[in-house]
Amino acid sequence: MRLNGETVQLEQEQTLSEFLMAAKVDCKTIAVERNGVIVPKAEYESIWLSEEDTLEIVRFVGGG
Amino acid sequence: MQVEVNGKKRLITCRTAFEVRAQLGNETDIVILNGFQIDSDYLLTDKDTLTIIRKGMMPAQEELESMMMARHTPEVHKKLKQGRVAIAGLGGLGSNIAVMLARIGVGQLLLVDFDIVEPSNLNRQSYYICHLGMPKTLALQSQLAEINPFIQIETRTVRVEEENVVELFGSYQVLCEAFDKPAAKAMLVNTALAKLPDVGIVAASGMAGFASSNLIKTTRPIKRLYVCGDRESGAGIGSGLMAPRVQICAGHQANMILRLLLGMEEI
Repeated sequence: MRLNGETVQLEQEQTLSEFLMAAKVDCKTIAVERNGVIVPKAEYESIWLSEEDTLEIVRFVGGG
Repeated sequence: MQVEVNGKKRLITCRTAFEVRAQLGNETDIVILNGFQIDSDYLLTDKDTLTIIRKGMMPAQEELESMMMARHTPEVHKKLKQGRVAIAGLGGLGSNIAVMLARIGVGQLLLVDFDIVEPSNLNRQSYYICHLGMPKTLALQSQLAEINPFIQIETRTVRVEEENVVELFGSYQVLCEAFDKPAAKAMLVNTALAKLPDVGIVAASGMAGFASSNLIKTTRPIKRLYVCGDRESGAGIGSGLMAPRVQICAGHQANMILRLLLGMEEI
């Protein structure tokens, strides 16, 4: 799978939500684009990732 | 030939910029030719824009705007005057971005923040002691009116929620995300990407502390989303927000907004 411009190995069948949890990413602070389409938060749990996927995960840190 | 002098088109017989100055003013007046302040004389050509400013004098209202915008390239000013930008969050990023956009003459600004000015804001935000206790929207609006009275400023003193994003920002060309909390940043960006298909989004992430200035960049992770910052340095316990890096990041955002208003989508 492509993640933020780099190739990563998908170890097992997993949902986007499981993938983010394993990567210790806080879902409340990110925006995710999958294959050119923004993924609504409500769909993180129902989307199964595949090797053909291209993901862009934008993480926001605090400060402004 | 026809040239524009202090905002008015004039037919002139002078050949050079300094000849126009000699006719209209005196030798110590500043002369700006097509956006550049000149120290030596130049031959004029048709359609040149000339601004002649007498130091220490308050110009007439109708001349003031052309004098203020004299350092911009003329075509650039016209495009910016038609620009519509909404700024969500008026803290260290948003207040400084608003000041920059007002200075360059962006024609319509929307300022949105629910909060009031308090003392810990003054270390990096564009407010003064006299603004303490005022809503940030109004404190900033009063400053912008002093900087550039020729732009339209709207304010909304409300908290931005998923439910009001479309109503607040739907009619703007560019939405500037300038919140402090990461969850609020992500909420606004997600909602705007999903529901505002024609709006360019310029957001920020990572500008706390005093690490190298050069780590702060403008990126474009998603076609319609620009993110400025180092993407790492979050504000937190032991990692404060300080004026220099916050303003560097604000400068990145303001310049990307300027580029978008001029039709340039590349970072």
